[in-house]
Amino acid sequence: MPPILELSGVSLSFGGLRVVDALDLEVNEGEIVSVIGPNGAGKTTLFNLVTGIYDPDEGDILLDGESIVGLQPHVISRRGVSRTFQTLRLFLNMSVKDNVMAACYGHTRAGVFRSMLRTPGMRREEREIERLARERLSFFGQRLMGYRWDQPAYSLSYANRRRLEIARATATNPRILLLDEPAAGMNPAETHEITDLIGELRTEGGYTILVIEHDMHVVEGISDRVVALDHGVKIAEGSFDQVATNEKVVEAYLGLQSAATK
Amino acid sequence: MTDSTPKGLHEGPAVGRDEWVARYAERRLMPTGPLRTIEDRLRLVPWWAWLILFIAAFALLPVIEQSGYVRRVAFDTVLYMLLALGLNVVVGWGGLLDLGFVAFYGIGAYTYALLDSDKFGIHLPTPVAVFVVVVVGAVVGLLLGLPSRRLTGDYLAIVTLFFLQLFQTITTNGDSVGGHNITGGPNGILNIDPFHLFGHNLAVQHEGVFSVSYLYLALAVFGVVFVALRFVNESRTGRAWRSQREDGLAAEAMGMPVNWLKLLSFAFGAAVAALTGTLYAALSASVFPLTFYFVLLITVYTMVILGGSGSQPGVVLGALIVGPLLEALREPDKSRAIFFAALVGGLLLLARRNRAIGIVGLATLGFGFAVHGIAAAIDSSWVAGEKAGGFAGFVAHWVVVPAHLASWIPPVSYIGLIAMILLVTVVRGRLRQVLLVPTLYLAAFVWENVMLSKPEPARFIVLGLILIALMILRPNGLLGERRVEIV
Repeated sequence: MPPILELSGVSLSFGGLRVVDALDLEVNEGEIVSVIGPNGAGKTTLFNLVTGIYDPDEGDILLDGESIVGLQPHVISRRGVSRTFQTLRLFLNMSVKDNVMAACYGHTRAGVFRSMLRTPGMRREEREIERLARERLSFFGQRLMGYRWDQPAYSLSYANRRRLEIARATATNPRILLLDEPAAGMNPAETHEITDLIGELRTEGGYTILVIEHDMHVVEGISDRVVALDHGVKIAEGSFDQVATNEKVVEAYLGLQSAATK
Repeated sequence: MTDSTPKGLHEGPAVGRDEWVARYAERRLMPTGPLRTIEDRLRLVPWWAWLILFIAAFALLPVIEQSGYVRRVAFDTVLYMLLALGLNVVVGWGGLLDLGFVAFYGIGAYTYALLDSDKFGIHLPTPVAVFVVVVVGAVVGLLLGLPSRRLTGDYLAIVTLFFLQLFQTITTNGDSVGGHNITGGPNGILNIDPFHLFGHNLAVQHEGVFSVSYLYLALAVFGVVFVALRFVNESRTGRAWRSQREDGLAAEAMGMPVNWLKLLSFAFGAAVAALTGTLYAALSASVFPLTFYFVLLITVYTMVILGGSGSQPGVVLGALIVGPLLEALREPDKSRAIFFAALVGGLLLLARRNRAIGIVGLATLGFGFAVHGIAAAIDSSWVAGEKAGGFAGFVAHWVVVPAHLASWIPPVSYIGLIAMILLVTVVRGRLRQVLLVPTLYLAAFVWENVMLSKPEPARFIVLGLILIALMILRPNGLLGERRVEIV
């Protein structure tokens, strides 16, 4: 079985700066892979390449063995790649429910004429979308349910916004979920909760997950495999323990001196 | 305020926990007093009930009022409401600044004129012609959208503005295209057919009075367009429109084809504008290029902004206020009443925050009589201007209105007024209140002596002042939803 996501020799430069350099990466079905690295290592750029926001200068990105290079982001989303954003990008002035329902656009069909006439098929689809939104939001227990359902997204707390972004990402019915720092800005209790949640996303949702995370407790708790990037180059790959003790990784995080004294 | 303290605040650290969510309903401030009860009841009335009520009330107007003028104004207002609904799709839901919107109104009117007039002797049946016009409008909207789909904000505004100018140039110079006269140039197209529906010609005049049939037809079209657009907005397309307005990149990443959605909102706005254009052309029986230009563009934008961009009832309310208001401002008597009502209303609003403003109002009143008395004592011709009974007569006893206005007075007083207003905005405290008195009086003087004789610019100045005041009080428009830009 081919890996669900495969990057081979992917490079991207912004002007003279090589942000991602000949990167190879494989993610297998059902895996949780963490991407770590210091700030500016190219982690988010990697996500932007996979979701089609940037096109690579060189190399190829395969989803289920088919190249997705050059496809528009919404097409890639329909092929089964969904993501959250490091700097939250919710539809702030829309309700919690609408945020999730909007993300069902890709796998629903009703056109404008059917919507204008409110045909039975269109209404059935609307009910289906609403059911799906309820299901995805109930993944977070009561936190996004009840009265919050109709509240605008801007009224949510920071942690709830992160949760809503994950709910929205799952509403596109993805096969692979890219989570960009899901625990950033969360308190220890919430961080603990998100660690459990990522595990549940795999066992209950059946998603393959690629996650960027700085919190090493989270990374340790969830990862099947860890990939470390620095300056756009993959410097280490393997289990958490292997990567955490890797000299290059320690050097990238703490500098040459620390690596020598270790 | 004791009853507004949430229950359970003293029952331990439950904040942020799920029990807090579960008890949301009992925590909510319960309605107090009859007003609150009425408000809550009104909120339960569904939108379609409001729509039916509104259309029914509007339809009663010609029954109560026999005047052809009033009916005509009502008809024009319905056209404005349709245009505002169309622009709301592009600006309110699509979030695109389309300054070429009225060109589609013009395209609709011109296309109908070409398909149903003596110009080329084509007389298509009305339903066919209207259908063709709507399709043409939507297709041209898509075509304009094509080069614009990657543009946002200012750049899109410039391109669409250029499109409006292009429409002007083509219609104005279309009287000699390779020797053929197509659009009639500045003289427009005349003798356009009225609508012909169900075997009847819808005549514009019925026994010398504006026929109500067009008003009812326009109302029916309004109802259909309102419901159709509402349904689209409540579908996946509408949610996607709002999503890409909020964050285009996130919408794209969540599977929404943002470029296509922008084109679609352009096409919808254009189709509604073109449809409205057929009503206008059939009623006016003639179309001219300059009808579809900046004045109309600004008017429709005013309606959308005033009512609350993004809210259908809002933009309809905006059209309902601005349309008749612009009409009323044409007549000196009504115009005067609106001006002074706005002045007094503004002072009363300010007085709620600062009691001293009430004294400023009274002082201005006294100041006026004093100035008037002094002027009359010096030379009676200085106050011998327009005299009539009623409100106009009262104003003439307060504001100095010379019998003959020296040619230097209008520009000097006008510039003086602007200088005074600027001065009032920079000074603070007691001095501002003192300066406000002569400024207000000077405003009344300029209004009576300068503006009233030039109703065309004056009515837009009044509209602009009302808009500025309202935007300060309600930045999202009358019925607009509260929008948060940065959180």
